Amino acid sequence: MARLSVNIGSLHLKNPVLTASGTFGYGEEFADFVDLSRLGGFVVKGTTLHSREGNDYPRMAETPSGMLNAVGLQNKGVGYFIDNIYPRIKDCGSEIIVNVSGASPADYVAVAERLTPLQGIRAIELNISCPNVKQGGMAFGTTCAGAASVVSAVRRAWNKTLIVKLSPNVTDIVEIARAAEDEGADSVSLINTLMGMAVDVERRRPMLSTITGGLSGPAVRPVAVRMVWQVAKAVKIPVIGLGGITCGRDALEFLMAGATAVQIGTANFLDPAATMRVIDEIEEYCTRHKISDIREIIGII
Amino acid sequence: MKICTDFRLTESRHLSPAYGLLTLQSEEPLPEIHAGQFAQVRADGSKTTFLRRPISICSADPETRTIRLLIRRAGNGTAALIDTPAGHLINIMLPLGRPFDIQAPDQSTDRPLLIGGGVGVAPLLFLGHEMRQAGICPEFLIGARSASDLLLLDEFKALGDVHITTDDGSLGHRGVVTAHPRLQRPVSQIFCCGPAPMMKAVAAAAAKLGASCQVSLENMMACGIGACLCCVEKTVRGNVCVCTEGPVFNINQLTWLD
Ligand SMILES: Cc1cc2nc3c(=O)[nH]c(=O)nc-3n(C[C@H](O)[C@H](O)[C@H](O)COP(=O)(O)OP(=O)(O)OC[C@H]3O[C@@H](n4cnc5c(N)ncnc54)[C@H](O)[C@@H]3O)c2cc1C
Ligand SMILES: Cc1cc2nc3c(=O)[nH]c(=O)nc-3n(C[C@H](O)[C@H](O)[C@H](O)COP(=O)(O)O)c2cc1C
Ligand code: FES
Repeated sequence: MARLSVNIGSLHLKNPVLTASGTFGYGEEFADFVDLSRLGGFVVKGTTLHSREGNDYPRMAETPSGMLNAVGLQNKGVGYFIDNIYPRIKDCGSEIIVNVSGASPADYVAVAERLTPLQGIRAIELNISCPNVKQGGMAFGTTCAGAASVVSAVRRAWNKTLIVKLSPNVTDIVEIARAAEDEGADSVSLINTLMGMAVDVERRRPMLSTITGGLSGPAVRPVAVRMVWQVAKAVKIPVIGLGGITCGRDALEFLMAGATAVQIGTANFLDPAATMRVIDEIEEYCTRHKISDIREIIGII
Repeated sequence: MKICTDFRLTESRHLSPAYGLLTLQSEEPLPEIHAGQFAQVRADGSKTTFLRRPISICSADPETRTIRLLIRRAGNGTAALIDTPAGHLINIMLPLGRPFDIQAPDQSTDRPLLIGGGVGVAPLLFLGHEMRQAGICPEFLIGARSASDLLLLDEFKALGDVHITTDDGSLGHRGVVTAHPRLQRPVSQIFCCGPAPMMKAVAAAAAKLGASCQVSLENMMACGIGACLCCVEKTVRGNVCVCTEGPVFNINQLTWLD
């Protein structure tokens, strides 16, 4: 059996398969379908300092080979996560990464500080790329100065693994990745959803309450693979690739383009056991191609 | 316990051009399923259908490991399901969501009224069965556009009295369900599933009659298991997921009557 373990900063993953924030709940929702302890890790729902109700319904629209969402970071706040959710999931046998969002650098820092004492949280992923909230979110992820302001502030407060999640809604994602690296990020993950829009022509109105939303699923995969390849060539820190992965083949595409690990998002809705299948298929590929260590193929393109 | 597995389509009955009744058998034993719960069904026969489709469970028989789904042709996904040839496999995740809350009426003469519109009758058939098993006699009020849209009437009649309304008057009373004389008389429990405007009208009627009222919502869904937060409904406790906290809600939890 091939060795699948990889490192993201000081975070050790038993395999490169993680789940994407906002698509896997807190893991528990999938317990009947997935052996959580087999995952490299999972990234929980976007977490903010205070609870958020999110956007109005409708928040979702199906599109060709994908979907638009406009959830808007509905969550009960970091305090609720620490008191109620973390104790239930902390012993699941897999790395738990908290996806952190905020409206100001101080918000991000405050959430990171609250998470610091939790032994079971060895990494956070800064969401500076959410297209579905008015304040903050993507605003930080679309300029180098914005990204740098959040990353440098959190870096001073958080000494465990720091992942920065990048927005594809920019002219040059490479320069944002470099800004994150320069401010001390241990890794960058990409891509978040692509801004999109759909119209219900019968009712003559937008499909989403927010008019625009974030596109995910296989429809975005070629864009995501291209961006991962560009970024992996330009930075020295490990890259986490995601966007439209549904099977082992798709995951391998990202690994070969330079990703050290991958995240599975929308595919969890189509097949709740998608993550298990991806791991099995990567193992099977390695056996078939006589690969003894997954790192042999990372970034070969 | 939820399962996600292939079911074999053992029988597909076209009840009318618009409606199909699918009988599906699981390889695996069925988990416990109750009326009001739903399934997330993959429509592999449709090239344009990406997500699973939420469909109420119309009946479930653990002994034969079969379920039935009553489906209305709404778009490509439901059409592909209705047109799937018998013998094919359909991937289904179930049971999802919370069932109807069945309570014995205060007086034995008091009968719960199950109000359904269109394909919304699907979970009410299952509910009627469960009530009969619990020794409760249900009464049905079923509304449809016209006589040909009234589905599985014989099965309803086997469970209790059936009142009917049609928009065109082709059977029963002409007009909407809330105009039916049965809703002029007292009733203590109402269970309702149908198009949103109908459920809102029934909820208002229930409030006037002082009846409790449970409704089953059909919000658009992606995951069906509480992971994506796409299916939310505004409630007195804020936004909640219809797929996990519902699809059945007591109307006193919703903000419809405010
Ligand atoms: C809990 C629940 C139980 C349901 N039970 C039944 C049932 O027993 N029988 C039945 O025929 N239908 C049922 N529905 C409705 C059914 O899910 C939709 O009609 C179906 O998803 C439409 O898919 P389509 O591809 O045929 O049509 P589309 O072309 O996708 O859409 C046609 C219409 O259906 C609505 N719709 C589309 N996708 C969804 C979705 N994911 N969830 C809800 N609505 C959607 C759209 O608003 C649109 O107006 C139920 C829905 C829910 C949420
Ligand atoms: C319903 C939904 C909710 C999401 N919520 C978040 C979130 O809270 N934080 C975040 O960083 N990304 C969020 N995302 C983006 C995903 O994590 C991922 O970046 C994106 O969907 C692309 O991957 P995919 O195509 O595999 O789904 C969400 C995506 C979806 C579909
Ligand atoms: S459909 Fe995903 S949370 Fe309800």
